[in-house]
Amino acid sequence: MRHIISILMENEAGALSRVVGLFSQRNFNIETLNVAPTDDPTLSRLTVTTVGDERVIEQITKQLNKLIDVVKLVDLTEGQHIERELMLVKVKAVGAQRAEVKRTTEIFRGQIIDVTPSIYTVQLAGHASKLDAFIQALGSSTLLEVVRTGVSGVARGEKVLSL
Amino acid sequence: MELLSGADMITRFLADEGVEYIYGYPGGAALHIYDAIHRQDKVNHILVRHEQAATHMADGYARATGKPGVVLVTSGPGATNAVTGIATAFMDSIPMIVLCGQVASHLIGEDAFQETDIIGVTRPIVKHSFTIEHPSDIPMILRKAFYIATTGRPGPVVVDIPKDMTAPTEKYEYVFPKKVKMRSYTPVGRGHTGQIKKAVELILKAKRPILYGGGGLVLGGASELFTQLAKKLNFPVTTSLMGIGAYPQTDRQSVGWLGMHGSFEANQAMHHSDLVVCIGARFDDRATNNVSKFCPTARIVHVDIDPSSIGKTIRVDVPIVGTATSVLEEMLALLDESKTQLEPDALADWWKQIDAWAASRAGRIYEPAEPGETMKPQQVVEAVWKATQGKAYVVTDVGQHQMFAAQYYKFDKPNHWITSGGLGTMGFGFPAAMGVKLNKPDEEVVLITGEGSFQMMMQELSTCSQFGIPVKIINLNNQSLGMVRQWQDLNYQARHAQSYMQSLPDFKMLVESYGHVAMKVEKAEDLDAAIEKAFAMKDKLVFLDVYVDPHEHVYPMQVPQGSMKDMLLSKTERT
Ligand SMILES: Cc1ncc(C[n+]2csc(CCOP(=O)(O)OP(=O)(O)O)c2C)c(N)n1
Ligand SMILES: [Mg+2]
Repeated sequence: MRHIISILMENEAGALSRVVGLFSQRNFNIETLNVAPTDDPTLSRLTVTTVGDERVIEQITKQLNKLIDVVKLVDLTEGQHIERELMLVKVKAVGAQRAEVKRTTEIFRGQIIDVTPSIYTVQLAGHASKLDAFIQALGSSTLLEVVRTGVSGVARGEKVLSL
Repeated sequence: MELLSGADMITRFLADEGVEYIYGYPGGAALHIYDAIHRQDKVNHILVRHEQAATHMADGYARATGKPGVVLVTSGPGATNAVTGIATAFMDSIPMIVLCGQVASHLIGEDAFQETDIIGVTRPIVKHSFTIEHPSDIPMILRKAFYIATTGRPGPVVVDIPKDMTAPTEKYEYVFPKKVKMRSYTPVGRGHTGQIKKAVELILKAKRPILYGGGGLVLGGASELFTQLAKKLNFPVTTSLMGIGAYPQTDRQSVGWLGMHGSFEANQAMHHSDLVVCIGARFDDRATNNVSKFCPTARIVHVDIDPSSIGKTIRVDVPIVGTATSVLEEMLALLDESKTQLEPDALADWWKQIDAWAASRAGRIYEPAEPGETMKPQQVVEAVWKATQGKAYVVTDVGQHQMFAAQYYKFDKPNHWITSGGLGTMGFGFPAAMGVKLNKPDEEVVLITGEGSFQMMMQELSTCSQFGIPVKIINLNNQSLGMVRQWQDLNYQARHAQSYMQSLPDFKMLVESYGHVAMKVEKAEDLDAAIEKAFAMKDKLVFLDVYVDPHEHVYPMQVPQGSMKDMLLSKTERT
């Protein structure tokens, strides 16, 4: 099963490498990873998606919690949650493809954020599966570059991950 | 207000923290600190002959006293030499602080002379690590390092100190930080009362229970409470290799330690039990054998300070996260209050069975050598046990001699059995024994080693001459890497690839050349006298080079991939 683990950690040198090191050292899997400071600059929020059975996920959360730099964490997939990912796609847009790509982008509620006579750069945000679907929908168009941020997320409703 | 340089802050902090000895080796990046050490007299520095020895000395000290050991090394090769000792301490959860010199901040990342990213190198083998970024941070970072190393599940902490942080001209205010609080680190406290109640219910219902204690009891100072619980319940008691001494082994309820070379009765009792109450052990692979066949009829209660140890390798029925002392206290109180009481002979059948297993002495029978024959390693350990009345601190290296020491020396007290269990580090023993002896000068400290392991750290004979550290060394000399040879006998049709040594030194001459006493013991009839003579020389390091049978195997031995009870009992018998 795929899990989204969201971590609040000290914004300290080396903290990120401890988290990443833990995954490789213990043979845990990382599908996506993103990290940035929060509104409180002493804290970073890191989101990692991983796959594993219940026992593996339990070990992952326990081992992460053991890291001194980790303040708190939550497995978002345990409850109602919202997940989003941002993607930038550079796609060849010439001839008939130009209109086609534009239409597909509109259907997916993406935006074309950069244009050249032969290229569109599309920005799309949403559930990771929606981004996958967009790539599929582009079908025969020539993809030049796909850049994804990895998943970030929050719990629905009142629940927050904070100090 | 007191102004000190970073280097002086370090020595001052260590003194304020009550550190009496540090173990280390100087070099460029650490020289400001060494100069500070020279200018004070509260903290004594022990100059080893290899940085690995410094870490093992600190480690041995920590295991015997429960206090953190402190190491000081220089950058680059000094720090990398310490890595094996850090990993050894990490695997056995030993509190240790390793201060590493580092090249000056402005050189970091430039492949400067003797620059190594030691924080990166040690990341998977430390509990935590710090880099000093400003001299004024030194007191608080060191305080945190000690706090982290010694609380919760203990472990090594590395502090990387760029040379400019200790510059003699840069002075800052020094205050010993009394309090330390970290929002991201709160050591585990009491266990969950509901869970402890559940455990007690199982305990009161069990027909074939066993108590299983681990190194956590020793580290957590919980041996006495554990013993009280065992006595109250009249349960059989086993321990892991690391838990040896947490329960008196000469007591009737002790069935010895369990696992790969553990006792026949401990492994049988575990396998056939209906309740395992494990406190402070982590069910590692050398203890459980094949986990899918582990204790098929048992419910499992697992008490540990580290939540990640619970459920890691085996499924647990009642997990309890808490300190061993708090959980044991609560269990004892609940048992006192409980309306259901244990019937005095509820366990009679179980004890009858266990006593029969123990009486068989399966896997423990060896033929002591007759006069003139080559000695058996087992008999040497037994002789040492008798000569020291079971009271010595026994430190070992790794190999057959380690297992024989664990099997044939009986420990009645915690902290007296000192061995590298998790990492299995050859070379650990000698420096660790030195660390114990230095800090317990009035106690008998015996190193039981093998000629292979001893040669990995024998340069420390020189340190012992310099600082007068009179450990007693029993070299079980089987002229081979015995444990490797045993596996080759069992698994590779006795093809002894690189497991024997044709060029052993004359240990007697070698040891004497450092000014110590050494004796070569080749005949069984000379053994007792040699041991007696060695222990009579209180102020001397004495090395007994005892020639033992190179063909001996360690038994019993669990069958690979079997259950706990499946054991080889000798070269020809199995369960
Ligand atoms: C540093 C290190 N290298 C290799 C090993 C693998 N190993 C385990 S036991 C052993 C042989 C030990 O020989 P010795 O010290 O003579 O002890 P004996 O088994 O002969 O009693 C070896 C090589 C180890 N445990 N540690
Ligand atoms: Mg040997």
